[in-house]
Amino acid sequence: MSNSITGTIFKRELRAYFATPLAYVFIVIFLALSGVFTFYLGNFYGRGQADLQSFFGFHPWLYLLLVPAIAMRLWAEERKSGTIELLLTLPVTMWQAVLGKFLAAWAFVGIALALTFPMWITVNYLGTPDNGVIVAGYLGSLLMAGGYLAIGACVSAATKNQVIAFIAALVICLVFTLAGFPLVLDAFSAWAPQALVELVSSLSFLSHFQAISKGVLALSDVLYFLVMIGAWLLAGAIVIDLKKAE
Amino acid sequence: MLTIESLSKRFGALTAVDDLSFEVAPGEVLGFLGPNGAGKSTTMKMITGFLTPSAGRVTVNGVDVGSDPVAAKAQIGYLPEGAPAYGDMTVRAFLRFVATVRGLDKATIDARIDEVVNVISLHAVIDQAVETLSKGYKRRVGLAQAIIHDPKILILDEPTDGLDPNQKHEVRKLIQSMAKDKIIVVSTHILEEVSAVCSRAMIIAQGRVVFDGTPDELAQRGDAAASNRMDDAFRELTLGVAA
Repeated sequence: MSNSITGTIFKRELRAYFATPLAYVFIVIFLALSGVFTFYLGNFYGRGQADLQSFFGFHPWLYLLLVPAIAMRLWAEERKSGTIELLLTLPVTMWQAVLGKFLAAWAFVGIALALTFPMWITVNYLGTPDNGVIVAGYLGSLLMAGGYLAIGACVSAATKNQVIAFIAALVICLVFTLAGFPLVLDAFSAWAPQALVELVSSLSFLSHFQAISKGVLALSDVLYFLVMIGAWLLAGAIVIDLKKAE
Repeated sequence: MLTIESLSKRFGALTAVDDLSFEVAPGEVLGFLGPNGAGKSTTMKMITGFLTPSAGRVTVNGVDVGSDPVAAKAQIGYLPEGAPAYGDMTVRAFLRFVATVRGLDKATIDARIDEVVNVISLHAVIDQAVETLSKGYKRRVGLAQAIIHDPKILILDEPTDGLDPNQKHEVRKLIQSMAKDKIIVVSTHILEEVSAVCSRAMIIAQGRVVFDGTPDELAQRGDAAASNRMDDAFRELTLGVAA
């Protein structure tokens, strides 16, 4: 019963993406940019390696730009149009609503990601890549997209204004992407105890994603993303509850 | 039975609903009146479980909205203020979505949608996207989703707002036809509507009940010399509190 409610919300949301040009624009831009990044910036041919490192390497930056654009409408639009009141006065729990909407957005990004399969075919045509590493890369990429989306969903719950939701999500995602790098760490190392600096550094999307995309599918990296998603969804549910009166 | 006990809602320093208590029994149509900002919508949002009260509680047929919200919401049909609906869906897809979430049997959903579409005259627009509809049709779609599961309790926030006189008449007839065994709470600005459809009128101002009685009793309160006694009673009751 409870699963079918989450499923019903999921289906409605996923259909809603394809009811507007947004879905198609997103998919085209995602595919075009991932191709440009891989072949020009990533020097796919010049490297002479039969792998997709130059493809996956740009995914954090691609998602940084595109995922907040998907996430910004998640709750901001429900609040703006008032449908949040309709949805939350149906016999659903907050968690069913949060999860159904999030999973639909995630599945949508997953569809865009799956449509990059010609890249996989190309590399198999040109050489003999380690397909296990490529599968791990796709899985890591999907997990990372989920992390960005969960952040974006939480931010989207805090405002009716989609532009603010987009920019705020982008900034928070950037901080988490670069958490292991001097840009972010320097802001902490001056005053924070070493343990906190190490904690912040361990929260980096980039280092966890790179570990997975190299083919090392460690439980800790997978768990990191799942916990990240769960924590941001929970934060999102709390924000929705606090802000729905406005 | 819909029971509201010492219900309050505060937004920071503002008290929108102030220690409200009342009961509504099956067969009653309660007209919920008051000036803008009196707390009508806020009260309805608490009854339907959208807002959490600052104090007090709401029970629907013995189910506490605060402690068992899903079971309580299942018994209620609710038309929120402004009749929000998912604009990208067709009317049929939207009603099917609400019916599925409401747990209606898959086999009966289509028959039930046909029934509701008949009662509310939505045939003409059933396969149109909600966002392309006129204000009147949108309001009726909101009504349709509120009654799709044949709820025991109906909470309607300004159901006739934005409708033309013919549509208003239709909606009032619909409310009357459902009144026999249901608990219905209707908020409105239009006082004639109260005498037309309600068996009981309640006026709230600044979050408190200032009148609770039959529409006739409300009219009696007004100055006999006034052109419209009910309007006069309303002014006297609500301006008196504000002063």
